[in-house]
Amino acid sequence: MNVRAYYAAQGMVPLGQKLGEIKWSLAILIALIACAGFAVLYSAAGGSLSPWAERQMFRFMIGFFILVGVACVDLRVWMALAYPAYGFSLLLLVAVEIAGRVGLGAQRWIELGPLQLQPSELMKIALVLALSRYLHGLAPGEVSRPFRLIVPLIMIAVPAVLVLMQPNLGTATLLAVGGALLLFLAGLSWYWIASTVAAIAVAVPSAWEFLLHDYQKQRVLTFLHPDSDALGAGWNITQAKIALGSGGLFGKGFLMGTQSRLNFLPEKETDFVLPIIGEEFGFFGTMLLFLLFAAVIWYGIQIAMTARSQFGRLLAMGVTVNFFLYIMINALMVMGLIPVVGIPMPLISYGGTAMMTVMFGFGLLMSVHVHRHITVPRHSSGMI
Amino acid sequence: MSSLDKKPKSRHATFSRRTLLLSGGMTAVFGVLSGRLYQLQIENGDLYLNRAEDNRINQRLLAPRRGRILDRFGVALASNRRNYRVLLVPERTRGGVVATLDALAKVIPINERLRAKALKDAATNKSFVPLVVAENLSWDDFARLNLDLPYLPGIQPDVGDTRDYPYTEELSHVLGYVAPVAVEDKSSAQDSAGEDQLLEVPGVRIGKRGIEKTYDIAIRGGAGASRVEVNAYGRVIRELDRNGGKPGRDVHLTIDRELQSLIYERLKDDSASCAVMDVESGDVLALVSTPGFDPNAFNVGLSPDQWNDLTLSDHKPLINKALSGAYPPGSTFKTVTALAALDAGVITPDTILHCSGVVSLGSHDFHCWKTGGHGAMNLRLGIKNSCDCYFYQVAMKLGIDGLQAAARRLGLGQATGIEIPGERSGFIPDRYWKQATFKEPWQPGETLVAGIGQGYILATPLQLCVLAARIASGMQVNPRIVHSLGTQKLERAAPEAIGFSPEALAAVREGLKAATTEPGGTGYPWRITDGQMAMAGKTGTAQVRVITKEERLHGVRSNESLPWTLRDHALFIAYAPIDKPRYACSVIIEHGAVNAHPQVQVARDALLLAQQRDILGRPSAYPVDSADAAL
Repeated sequence: MNVRAYYAAQGMVPLGQKLGEIKWSLAILIALIACAGFAVLYSAAGGSLSPWAERQMFRFMIGFFILVGVACVDLRVWMALAYPAYGFSLLLLVAVEIAGRVGLGAQRWIELGPLQLQPSELMKIALVLALSRYLHGLAPGEVSRPFRLIVPLIMIAVPAVLVLMQPNLGTATLLAVGGALLLFLAGLSWYWIASTVAAIAVAVPSAWEFLLHDYQKQRVLTFLHPDSDALGAGWNITQAKIALGSGGLFGKGFLMGTQSRLNFLPEKETDFVLPIIGEEFGFFGTMLLFLLFAAVIWYGIQIAMTARSQFGRLLAMGVTVNFFLYIMINALMVMGLIPVVGIPMPLISYGGTAMMTVMFGFGLLMSVHVHRHITVPRHSSGMI
Repeated sequence: MSSLDKKPKSRHATFSRRTLLLSGGMTAVFGVLSGRLYQLQIENGDLYLNRAEDNRINQRLLAPRRGRILDRFGVALASNRRNYRVLLVPERTRGGVVATLDALAKVIPINERLRAKALKDAATNKSFVPLVVAENLSWDDFARLNLDLPYLPGIQPDVGDTRDYPYTEELSHVLGYVAPVAVEDKSSAQDSAGEDQLLEVPGVRIGKRGIEKTYDIAIRGGAGASRVEVNAYGRVIRELDRNGGKPGRDVHLTIDRELQSLIYERLKDDSASCAVMDVESGDVLALVSTPGFDPNAFNVGLSPDQWNDLTLSDHKPLINKALSGAYPPGSTFKTVTALAALDAGVITPDTILHCSGVVSLGSHDFHCWKTGGHGAMNLRLGIKNSCDCYFYQVAMKLGIDGLQAAARRLGLGQATGIEIPGERSGFIPDRYWKQATFKEPWQPGETLVAGIGQGYILATPLQLCVLAARIASGMQVNPRIVHSLGTQKLERAAPEAIGFSPEALAAVREGLKAATTEPGGTGYPWRITDGQMAMAGKTGTAQVRVITKEERLHGVRSNESLPWTLRDHALFIAYAPIDKPRYACSVIIEHGAVNAHPQVQVARDALLLAQQRDILGRPSAYPVDSADAAL
């Protein structure tokens, strides 16, 4: 073992070298997708950089610096910060919940000076960090023991229920499914998995009855019968499908999408950004975007598989799976396969917090890659 | 499965295996997404493309220019006038619709009704939809509005088309009028020629009466369309393409506007009608019914007061009396009796019949109009003096069967088929009708009454004009009023001979000539003195009341002494010139039988003007004829 390898194993690598270790091909891939997003936002504004594209570019630039910065921080530091970050996020979620009860209606934001913070977005990262850290500390097979399992389940359930009460069904689903998949990756026994699936089958009808808000039920009903209310709540789905479908094989051409330009497409710059791509670039363009997404996920899996620490592996997969779930839920939603739940398309949709969260997540993924040679003892609690 | 978990394995191996499994799952999800994308964009792409086009494209129908109606010299009788309008676009106003209307009212007159309508429209439409605030502005108002436009944001001046009838009442019954489409118009259009999109154009007017109705399909043309791109809120972004539609075709009438005006002017204060036609071609040069109405008022919309004036007047301005008025033809019918008898051979022109002032049949006495009688009468004198007793005896010899057959040959008792809706067929009685209707046989006395054009017989003024034309020409002429549609000349078969012997026709014409050219003839005082243009004609009086025995004993009251509605109708049929007849004319003035014989004077002046215009040699202005001449 030469000196460099030793230092690498200890994570004591000079900053310049860390920058060199960053997987720039992945970074370029991410930037490519973001550029596609800029183009779509430019088109959605009728061929104008304002109001969306220029601000999105600025955010991406900041996000990119965050990515690089996060990547250069030692993985063990992130491990040490995992629980505090989770606790902080939970606190904010509760604060928002209280503010929401006191204030008016749904509250998802917290004002921190000039920054608008969405605790539910923060929680996506914090939960992955906290779960990875907890699961890192478990021996093989230990995860399936009830007293060990109960802790991560609570870690998932508390924020998920808080977010659901906001109400934000999409993010709650994302948290729950993302967390559950981490447990799966950590080696949860098939016995538990089967039991959970069975439990969900029982729980869904009662959740429908007691947990879902009226507007959420309406979304589901509208989804099941979109034509029953083609001009009302079904409008979004109907118009999104028309936009996508009318693109055909090669699309109507950049800036030529009538559905988006004439405002038939609702929320086109945020949740319904994919139909613009489908309309203007067709099946060909949309599949190309899917391939770019798949490549990013492929990179994520590679990074996870090559990390030497369980924490790094779980963190990398946690970030990757979250990214995947974003894409899946958004795409299924705009294609009319699941109800409208308000999940943006990562890197493409206009929105500051989502962009920061996603870039922060990629920063963690990069950090896992940069620090892939580090081994972390099972009982370590990280390093500040 | 649990056996796998019991075996202590490295966490890394488990993680890798599960990651692979998850990758498989993610790949499957991408497969589903791609499949769905394929289904939406490739399989159903055309369907969604159509729906996207439906979304963005609005078709707006455009009304083409309505064809004009022209007289025989090309004078426009119905045309399109510029309609100066004011539109208001609520979203472009400053300070709201109410403030803008207030400001507008200082420039042009805006009454309460218009104001209320504008506010209602503004409330029910999207704010970018232009509302019509006022229509048919005068040029002065419109010019003033344009001058003040910079201070009236949201106000748009606009120029549209509206139907214009420059000769208003004169031609109202011939031309008819146009009015907004009613629900039943749409259903009838569907029944006949399929749905006409034109009927869906907002504000479109279609022909409701007269020529406007008969030739509405040709005159209205085909709807055009403007395809515009709209956004999700319905705002027009731009026009994609425009098809102006098929312009309506012009209708060229056989009417001579100047002749029509002269006659209308002379009859406008009466309830009267007049027809003038070419005795050979059947071209109708004038078709007047008085009083008329202003067709422009129907286009704009009648007020209840105007409507009441039109419907409640005892002069009945809405009825086209020239076609729809059926009157006893009175003595004008004696021409028919004479021709029928000559044709049947029951008399010759020289047969002498005596008039003592009364003819008795059974217990009834039939009186001549001249108390004391005319003495010995042959056919010429019988017609000249309009001797009732002479024709009672002729009718008795002839019988009803010969009389009704001849009347039908001369065009009575059936519609002439002129191209104007609402024509009545008049009536010629016969034995079968009498038996069927009254369950009684025909009475010989009724034949006598029929012989002088009274009783059951009814004829329209146009039919009487045809009667005069057929006697004058000896041909079975039928009237027509439309010469051509656009450049398409409407051909019609040349008329056949009427089938009466030339001698019989000559004998009757001789009588008609005597009546208007020899002193003592019933029309002599109002003859055309220019021998080249002189007319031959027959007066008639249709009795409206029953003259009792008592009254006859003390002297029949003069029409002048009776209330208007009890006076007799005055009739006259004529043709001119005598030697080579060109024009036939009929006039009926309701309750107008006075000694001055105004009906004869009108016919005289009409026939005179028609001939003068003929002699002036004005070429016919039908575009087809001039095109034919060039070839």
